[in-house]
This record gives sequence, structure tokens and C-alpha cells, in this order.
Amino acid sequence: MASFKPTKIQVYPKLGEKVTQDTLYWKNYKAPVQIKEFGAVTSIDFSPVTPHNFAVTAFTRIHIYGPFSQEPVKSFTRFKDTAYCGRFRSDGQLLVAGCEDSVVRLFDVSGKVALRLFKGHTKAVHLTDFTSDRYQILTGSDDYTCRLWDIPNATELTTYREHTDYIRCGVTSKLNRDLFITGSYDHTVKLFDARVEKSVITMDHGQPVESVLLYPSEGLLVSAGGRHVKVWDLLKGGQPLVSLKNHHKTVTSLALSSNGQRLLSASLDRHVKVYSTTNYKVVHNFDYAASILSLALAPDDESIVVGMTNSILSIKHRKNQEDSKEIAGQQRRRPSYRVFVKGKNYVPKQDDYLVSKPVKQHLAKYDKQLRRFNVSKALDTALETWIRFRKPEITVAVIKELDRRGTLQNALAGRNEQGLSQLLNFLIRNLVDARFTPVLVTAAEMILDIYQSVIGQSPVVDRQLLRLQDLVEKEIDYQKDLLEVLGMLDTMFASSLPRKEVPCSGIGKSNGLTQGEPSTSKPQLQVT
Amino acid sequence: MVEHGDIRVVHRGGSKINFRDPVITHDSRFLLCASGEAVKVFSTSTEECIHELRGHTGLVTGVLLRPSNHLQVYSSSLDGTVRLWDFTDGILIKTCVIGYPIYSFYASAKHENVIFIVTSMPSEKRAERFQLVAVHLPQSGDQLVEARELSAVLSGVNPNPGAIAFGRGGEFIASVNDLQLEVYFFKKQKSYRFFLKEDNKKGGWNTFTCVACHPKDDCIATGHEDGKIRLWRNFNHKKEYTYSTLHWHHSAVSSLCFTPEGTNLLSGGVESVLVQWRYNQESERDFLPRLGAAITHITVSPDGSLFCTSHSDNKITIIQSCVKVSAVIQGLVKGDSIRADLMMDPRSKALVLNGKPGHLQFYSLQRDKLLYNLDIVQQEYIHESGLQQFEVVKAAFDASGSWLATVEERHQKAAELELNLKLWAFDEQTQSFVLNTTISAPHDAQITAMSFRQTADSQTTLLVSTSKDGHFKAWQLAAPAHTEDEGPSWLCDFVGAYHGLVPECCSFSADGSLLAVAFQEVVTVWSPATWELLTTLSQPPGAVSDLCFGRLSCSKYLLGTTASNLLCCWNLLTCSLEWSTSMDVRRLLVDPLSENMAAFCYQSGSTDLFVFKPSEPRPLFSHKAVCSGKVTQAVFAPREEMLESCEESSQWLNRSQLYFLTQQMDLMTFTTKAEEDRVLASSKQLVIDDSVAMTPFYLLLGKHRQQQQEHRDSDSSLWAERTALPQTSASIKELLQTPAHVLPSTSYLCSMFVQSLLISVSDAREEKAHAEEEMESEKEEEDSEEEMESSRSKPELVAAATESDAPALTKAQARELRRVRKLDHSWLAGLLDS
Repeated sequence: MASFKPTKIQVYPKLGEKVTQDTLYWKNYKAPVQIKEFGAVTSIDFSPVTPHNFAVTAFTRIHIYGPFSQEPVKSFTRFKDTAYCGRFRSDGQLLVAGCEDSVVRLFDVSGKVALRLFKGHTKAVHLTDFTSDRYQILTGSDDYTCRLWDIPNATELTTYREHTDYIRCGVTSKLNRDLFITGSYDHTVKLFDARVEKSVITMDHGQPVESVLLYPSEGLLVSAGGRHVKVWDLLKGGQPLVSLKNHHKTVTSLALSSNGQRLLSASLDRHVKVYSTTNYKVVHNFDYAASILSLALAPDDESIVVGMTNSILSIKHRKNQEDSKEIAGQQRRRPSYRVFVKGKNYVPKQDDYLVSKPVKQHLAKYDKQLRRFNVSKALDTALETWIRFRKPEITVAVIKELDRRGTLQNALAGRNEQGLSQLLNFLIRNLVDARFTPVLVTAAEMILDIYQSVIGQSPVVDRQLLRLQDLVEKEIDYQKDLLEVLGMLDTMFASSLPRKEVPCSGIGKSNGLTQGEPSTSKPQLQVT
Repeated sequence: MVEHGDIRVVHRGGSKINFRDPVITHDSRFLLCASGEAVKVFSTSTEECIHELRGHTGLVTGVLLRPSNHLQVYSSSLDGTVRLWDFTDGILIKTCVIGYPIYSFYASAKHENVIFIVTSMPSEKRAERFQLVAVHLPQSGDQLVEARELSAVLSGVNPNPGAIAFGRGGEFIASVNDLQLEVYFFKKQKSYRFFLKEDNKKGGWNTFTCVACHPKDDCIATGHEDGKIRLWRNFNHKKEYTYSTLHWHHSAVSSLCFTPEGTNLLSGGVESVLVQWRYNQESERDFLPRLGAAITHITVSPDGSLFCTSHSDNKITIIQSCVKVSAVIQGLVKGDSIRADLMMDPRSKALVLNGKPGHLQFYSLQRDKLLYNLDIVQQEYIHESGLQQFEVVKAAFDASGSWLATVEERHQKAAELELNLKLWAFDEQTQSFVLNTTISAPHDAQITAMSFRQTADSQTTLLVSTSKDGHFKAWQLAAPAHTEDEGPSWLCDFVGAYHGLVPECCSFSADGSLLAVAFQEVVTVWSPATWELLTTLSQPPGAVSDLCFGRLSCSKYLLGTTASNLLCCWNLLTCSLEWSTSMDVRRLLVDPLSENMAAFCYQSGSTDLFVFKPSEPRPLFSHKAVCSGKVTQAVFAPREEMLESCEESSQWLNRSQLYFLTQQMDLMTFTTKAEEDRVLASSKQLVIDDSVAMTPFYLLLGKHRQQQQEHRDSDSSLWAERTALPQTSASIKELLQTPAHVLPSTSYLCSMFVQSLLISVSDAREEKAHAEEEMESEKEEEDSEEEMESSRSKPELVAAATESDAPALTKAQARELRRVRKLDHSWLAGLLDS
């Protein structure tokens, strides 16, 4: 006696990205916390010391947030105009920020009033940073100059006037107190050494440079500007290594993951892309609601903070792995399990005759009905709300199975208004899905045949039928358009293929050309 | 054309075992069933065929246990004889010539030495009528007797054996035909007839299909076309008869049977559900569903412990008291049509063809046994007539047998066509095919041909399918995707077309470097490596219907058959036609082991066979009229061992054997005389102990026992001196009787076992060898695997020595010894390796 063979549920190929280790890693974040700031968020910087607070520069304020708080733990509001580039010192105690009014302010993180004011620039200062010896400040300004300042005296040490356009980004070396890099709208990235008067290396990015980033080893430099992200080898004197063009709008911000294996770039096109630093391929992609101006990653990738033009700050925290484990553990510790497991660990003795338990075949609800030939009930179970919305392939498979048994008509007939509208709803949702169309068209035709006598009796059903008609008409138009495009493509391919004579045997008429065409449409593949 | 006397077309296996209802013996150990011209005796526990009772010259139409002696069985046949057999020993006891073809026959305990046969009535009318005749079997000791005492009992009966039944141990006989039930009482010599109206609207639905009588009560159960069962009572009155109706089956009841005590009634039909009705409580039913195919016969063993159902797919199921299927005897399934071609499984050397709906069957030609059914469609089969089902229409194996490609299709109503291409990988662990990839709708229209690329390194990863949608597609085994949990799967690699013509067939060259696809009358040759069209060949008019590349020395030839009755041979080096001949070739085949090709040609109602080499103008062999009708399916099966035939005409049969299916779905083959003689000889040697299955183990031991017997007979004096080889019998006993899990390692036992099979010459030698043996085996226990080989060869060396040193051996003994040594011990090696 063979056992009942359950209905085969087609496994359709998953559209979209493949699940990789990266997707799993980068998907493992909670839903974002969104905080409304006073203006566009231009800069985010994480404090290098625990508890890794981060400074968010937006409009005329700098807010400092704790790692989990949704309210700022501290805010600096003493700016006359828009503040720029709030950055922590490596000990996390001082914070420097530029301003539209050309004054650079230095704050104590615990205080409120600026400790020092550095005046000297003539235009807005967009770049501020501490050098690695902690006693100097680097600034870059729209007056085309970048300057080094001494913190204790609040005096200007050096001025470099090499750039020919606004300086909007820069970074200081963490390993050498004299080295720093600036990026400018004159399309160049320059490496300066404070010990000499001039820049040491100049790299041409090709577009106004919006962001620069140094690798932890400081052998590689990443610059972003326009739609390009470029990687430079500093040890080879600024030789370009890779040029990445994965965004379709200006790239505004760069970040490195904590282990240095992944590079993140944020762009005005509202995407954050994650690259592998070994092959510079995009391995993951985040979507945001608005154009992104700033991006920062917490140490250990604990959170991803993104600032956008619509003045929203979005914070994604990593999911706690222990949380999910605990939930699973609780489930396993239910008392019924212990009852269930009773006697299972009994080890049979040598002479014991082991009677194996018959394995009970588990069948889905609709299969149980199908086994009893209850076709209507089987369709009802397959049309249950959860299955209908979450797993339409199951419903479609049951409909297909009923059709195969020749009993679909019986199963569809004899429904009341509610049942019929449920069915029609399902059809409207899924009829134009290419995976389900062949099956559902048959069902739709049958429904129309069966229920044509009741049209006009129920306004709900009538409305749905009209919607279905609309949908089908639209789909037909769409298919026509697609066929036109296909025809055009075929002509293009045919004209682009080289004409080649094929040697043919002497007998018979002249034979024509090869028509070996590449597979334009791959068939649906299913791997079981 | 010369008819070659020594090559003969013979019927090969797979005869029906569901033709008539089987019989279970009184002790429930054996099951007897009619199978073609023989009666087969199966063991109910091991499912093995133990005897074949051969002797009839016509189709066997009935098997019955002799009521007076339950160790004997009657069989009747269309050749007009009834034969009495002893089925335990497989001996023919008596042949009784009746002289008329017997369509079915009956016997009951009350009528001793009388059997009732159904024969055709002599009548001028075209429609054949049948009558039931009582035959008194003459009591004489002769082997061959003639029955002359015939007396007609009923006329106008149904020749179907289910249409007549004895009631109450033979007091009356009930017969059904069309709409009439006739009951004949032997004592009163009076018959009653009951008619049913065709009162159903659709007409003819009340037709009787079968009848069964309660063994104790006056009750007759009849089955009807419309699925109803009627229980008739009070039928010894003309008017006051009553009947009650039971209805569960939705289509015709094909068989009915009461259990011996009369407590239950069993019924079965197309639904393939065995229904058990309680007698007198008919509302209570038990079901045994999903028996696989429509039930044709039901029988119950005399003690009521076993039920047995025969099914339309040539299967007999043995059921233990309606709850559990205990054994399944499966013959070669004969479907209505073999849509997928005949194939050979390169691994198991089994013939593969369509079997049950949605299945492929693997049929061992050597053992005439169905190995297994592979479920291709994997869907619940709905037993309902008129339903369009999925059918396996194409299948192909790759050269090493590690991949199987199948195409299943279902035609729905008008336009829709459901197609699935499935690729199955051979799983070493389960020793069966496991589904790897399913491609739904691989083409827009029917697939016309499919072929695997056969490469020398047996790393086949390319499959080509051609379809009526005008394309051919190449499928390739893709490397595992970057996620680790998935294995490799098949992807479309290339889609080819040629002027929108429909490709009809495709073929790969033997080395896999060329692909030929026939687009109607044009043959295109492609390079699978680059997918470049290399050349086109054509020979209009007429579309090309079959393509074959030559093999070995003839690999430069491409052969094709066209619809305009031409057989063409192209030379691929010159790209020109080498030769062509006018023949209506229905099937062109290439022998995978030689350069021979076989062509089945249809000519004036019958099929001729030509075997030829593409390079030689004269055919190697030709056979006129191998069978009537067309042959469209044939296959070359490689032989297990080569024949040593030196005659020119039969040399093509040396390496492989040619099987073909006739239009009547009979599996036929060609054999040589020498081969037949050998088979006959070997079958005589095998005197088999009853109920013990034929296993290699058994053969070995059986021989050994025989050998000992011979020893005893030939030189009893020597035997007397010897001490009956204690260690030999002990080792065998140990091997066979101790449970396997408590035995020592096989490496330890092997040498002992092999030693025990050798003939020892003298006691001294014996003891010495034995001592050595012990030392050796002790050593072996510590030895590593590699040294196993050497130790295995040692006993053989010893054997050789004994043979040369033993002049005392008689010729018969020497022959016996040689045969034992020739026996296939490879399974032992397998044991050792595992």
C-alpha cells in the first residue's frame, strides 16, 4: 500500500539578491530609530572611547547621543550660523567644529561654552580635525586654504594655499602627527606633511571631492566625489587602484566597517552600498528614504547611523544574538517537552526486541482534504487568509492539483458572496504574476462560466469583476508593449551578428545562415 | 536472403501474471498463477519464483487446487488439455486431453473427479457463445488420458472466470452474463434465471461483471458495471427472491470474493481500493486504499489469513488479513503505449521502459524480474477513466548511468501542454535515482528528442533536447552556487534554431565532439564546445526521422533515415553522401559495443531486420519478417559475458543482444542455438530446494552439497576413511546460523569459507593446510586491508596445487570443481571491501 503523495508545491526561483553571508550580516539590524533634527545632517562622528557617543552636526547645533538613547545627552548650540564637521579628539574629551561664519570652535565635551575660538579663515569652514598628537587642529575652508592650529595658544601654525577651490573634506593620519589629507572641489586630493611647506602627493579624482577616508593601515586612501569612489595606493605615490561607480548620484560619505573588510559609501541617490575590500564588489545595499549626507558606523558595527537631507537621523542597532537565543531556549524548556521525551533515552538491552513505531505521515490540511476527495474543502483550506497572502504558491498548487484531478469546477462552484469575493480577491492579486498566470487563467475562466448567472446580484462581486477586467486589459496592453520591445531587440541582435557562410554539402538547395542566438529568456528553473 | 537457422526470434519474459486469478495453497506458503504458457509457483514470503510448471502449448487459462489432494493442482489451457501437477516438486502428473480450447474451468469438492470447463459453443453465428461443460476425468494411471464423458450444464455463459461460482460447497452453480443471473441446482437439476432491467438512464449499467457465492449461506453476491454490489437471497424461488444493494465503488466492480468463513466480502475495482464488507453488517466497511493499480482479481487463502489481489499493472499483492501488504510480486508492466524508448541502464544493465503510469520500470533481463519502479511524476495517481494524466514521454541515460533525464507531459483540453524536464542523479548510498533538477516548461511545445553528450572521461554534463517549437536547447550541469547548501543543478546553456524549422531528432557522436540535429530534411552538425554550426547535410525530399553516428572504426559516418524511405549514410570527413538505399526504416539502432547497426524495416505488413556495418556494403545479417506489424522500439543490451560464436552470421550477437517490442507489446529477442542449449543445460542443473530463494549463496552451498553427494556415491570407501570434514561443515554452519552481528570479521571468515569449498585430497594434507590456515587467519586478523588481496589469492593457489596433485579426481568431479571456480565470487570481494 503506497502512501498518499502530497501535493507538489512548486518552488519558484527567488527573485532579487541571493542570500550570502554579507546579506545575513548586514540584515541583522533592528528597525531604524528615526530622530528629527533641525536641519540637514551634514556630519556624524563617533567618539573613540566608550560608551561611544556620537556627535551629530545639523544646522546650527551639534547633538551628542549616547549609544542607546534617543534623546541627545548633550547639545552645543552656541553657533552663530550653520555648524559643520563636529569631530571628537582621540581621547573623546574635546570636540571641534567649523561654522559658516568662518570661526572654528573647540568644546570640552562636558562643558557648554567653547574653550577656544580659532579665527583666521575668511569663509565657511567645512573641515575640522585633530592631529594624532592631540595638540593641533586641522581646518579647511571655502577660502581655498587649509590651516593647522595650535590648541593651547589658539594660534595659527601653518597655512596651505594650494587648492584652487573649496576644501570640503579631509582627514588626519592616526599614525603620523604631521600627515593629513584634504579633498577639494578643484577635483584634487592632496597629502600634506606639516614638516614641509608643500603638499607631498596630489591625486586627481576627476570630480569635486566630497569625502576622503584612510584605511587603518593608512596605505590606502579612498576618495568620493561625483558618482565615483576611488581607491588610491599611497605607498606607491598615489597611484589609482580602483574606481567604483555604483551610485547614480553624488557619493557624499564613506565609512569602513570595524574589521576593515567592508567599505560603505552613502550617496544622494538614497543608497548605502557595502563593498568588499578584497575585490571591491558590492555585497550589500541599504535603501533610505531621502538623500544621504553623512554616514557613520559604530565600533564593532554595533549601529549604522545615517543623516539625510530631510533632517532625519536614522540609527540602526545590531540585533542582539543572545536575545534570539533566549527565546529559542525558552521554547525548548516547556514542560510538555519533558513529558514528550520520557522514555526516549532508554537504552535497549541486548536481548530486547525493538518494535519500531510506524512512522506517521504528516500531511498538510489541504492534502488531508484532497486525500478524502473533499475538493471544495481542500480549496477552502488553501484559501485561508494566511496562506492566501503569504504563500500564494500553495493556493496555486492546490488549484493546479484540482485541475489535474478534473474537479476544479466542482471545487469552485457553490460559493456564497463572501467565498466568491475571497476567490476573486486572490485572482486579482495573483493573476498577472507570471508564475501563476497559466493556472489561474483556467480558474478565472471557470469562475466566470459558473457564476455568470449571478452577475448583478452583489455589488461587491460586481466591483471585483470589473477590477479583474481592468487588470486583464492592462496586462494585455503591457504584454503587447513587451512584444514590441522584444521585436526591436531581435532586429538589433540580428543586424549586429556577423554574417557567416556555412559550408554545405553539394547536394540540395543552398542553405542559409546560422541562427544560433543566445538564450534571451531563461526558463524557470527549480532546484529541488 | 538466407534464413539463418541458428538465430531465432524468441519471446523474452515478462508474460502476464494477472491474466487469471492466482491460487494460494492450503499452507499459505505458495502462490500459483497462470503466466503465459506456464504456471508459476511463487513463495508468498520471499516473492521469489520457485518453479515454473511448463508443458502447455497454449495460453494457460486457469489454475485450480485439486479439491481431493491439496498438494496437486490442475491447470487448463487453450490447447485443450487439463494437466495435473505436483507443485511442490514441479512435476507433471497427468495430462487430460479434452480437445476443445478451455477458456476457464472450475471444480468443487462435492463433484469428485469432475471439472467444469467453459468452451465455445459450436455455432454458425458470428458472435461466439460459450457453454459450461462438466467433464468426468477418467481414473487411470496413465500419464496421458483422454476425457470423453462430457455433459453440458449451462449454455450462454460468460467466458470470464469471475462470472461463474459454486455455492455452498458445490450444491449450486451461479453464472452471470449481461443482465441475467442463472442459478443451477445440481440436486434438483433445475435452474432459475433472474433478469435485471436496463433501467438506468444511461443504459447497460446494470450489467453483471462478476459473481461470488457465500460458502455457508444461501447468498450470492454480484458486481455490476455501475459499481453496485447486489446480495441475492431466496433465489430458489422463481418470484420471491430478494436482493439488497451495496454501493461504494464509483465504477465497475471487477472482482468479488467471500472469505472462507463467510464473515467478510471483499470487492475491488478500478479505484484500486480493496473494500472489505462485513457480512450481515454491510454498513461497516474496511478499506485498503492505494494498492497501485486497478484490481482485477481477488483471492483468499483457504485458511483466510492471506488475501491476494492481482492488478492491471501485472502485479500480485499479498495482503495479510486486510491490513498490511506483506509481499508484492511484480511482473513486467505493460502499458498501453511505450512512449519513452526502450533503454538500458548502464549501471544495472536493466531494461528501462514505461511502466505504471508516471513511472519508469527497471527490468532485469537476466533474471526476468522487475527490479524497481522509479516514480517520475511524483503525484497522487487518480484512478478515474477519462482523466488526462502526466505521462513519461522521453527518457535518456548518460553513458555512465549517473544521470537520468526524463520528460513528462500532460495534454490538457485543447491547447495547454504541461511539460516538465527532470534530471535525476544516481545516489550511491541509496542505489537509486534522486531528483536533482526540475525544469518546468523547458520548451513551448512537445520535446521530440533528447540526448546526453557522451565523453570519454564519463564526465557528462551536457544534455540536448529538441522540441516542436523549433528550438533545441543545451542544458549544462552548473557548478554549485555560492551558497553551500545547494548542490550542482542544470541550467540552460544554449538555444539553437535553424530557419525556424522543427528539429525532429538529435544525436551526439561517440566522442561527444559533434552534435547532429535534424531539422526536417536538413541535418545540421554543431560543435558542442563552441556552439558553432559546422555544416549542413541534406537529402531531400523527406524529413529526417532518425539519426545515428557510427562507432569505433565507423565513427566518421552519420546515418539517417528519411520519411521518403531512404537510409542515408554521410561521410563527415568529406561532408558528402557516402551511400543511400531505399528502405522504410522504422528504427535505426547502433550497438554501443561494436560498429554494428541494426535497422528495422517495415515491409508489407511485417518487419524485417538488417544488421550492417556502415563501412561495408553487404549486411552482416538479415532476417525477414521478425514479427508482424511495425517495430518502433528496440535496444541493444550488452551481454554479461561474451559469446564465443565463430559463425559469421551470428557474430553480431557476441557482445550484445538485441531486444525489441512488437506492436502487441511483446518483448522479443534474438538468440543463437548455442546459447539456447547452454541456457537449457544450466536450467536442468538447478534442482532447487522448495521455498528457498535462489541466491548466489544458495547456489554455492547447493553445489557443495551436490558435490558431497557425488563423492559419497562415487568413492564411498574413501568417504568412509575420512572424518566427514568436520571443520568444513562447522565453518559453513557457523557462517549461516549465527546472527550476522555476532560473527567475527568477514576477513577472518573468508579464508575459512573459501577453504571449505575446496576438495581436500588427503587427511594429512588437509590437516597441514588447516594448520596453515589457522596461522594465516590469525595473522590476517592483525593484517591491514592491503594484504587482504594476497591472502585471498592464496587459497586459489592451494586449490591449483590440489588439483594438479590429485589424480584420484574423476572427470565429473573435475568439471564440477571447474564450475565452482568459475562461479562469480565477485560478491565475496564486495563483502571484503565493505
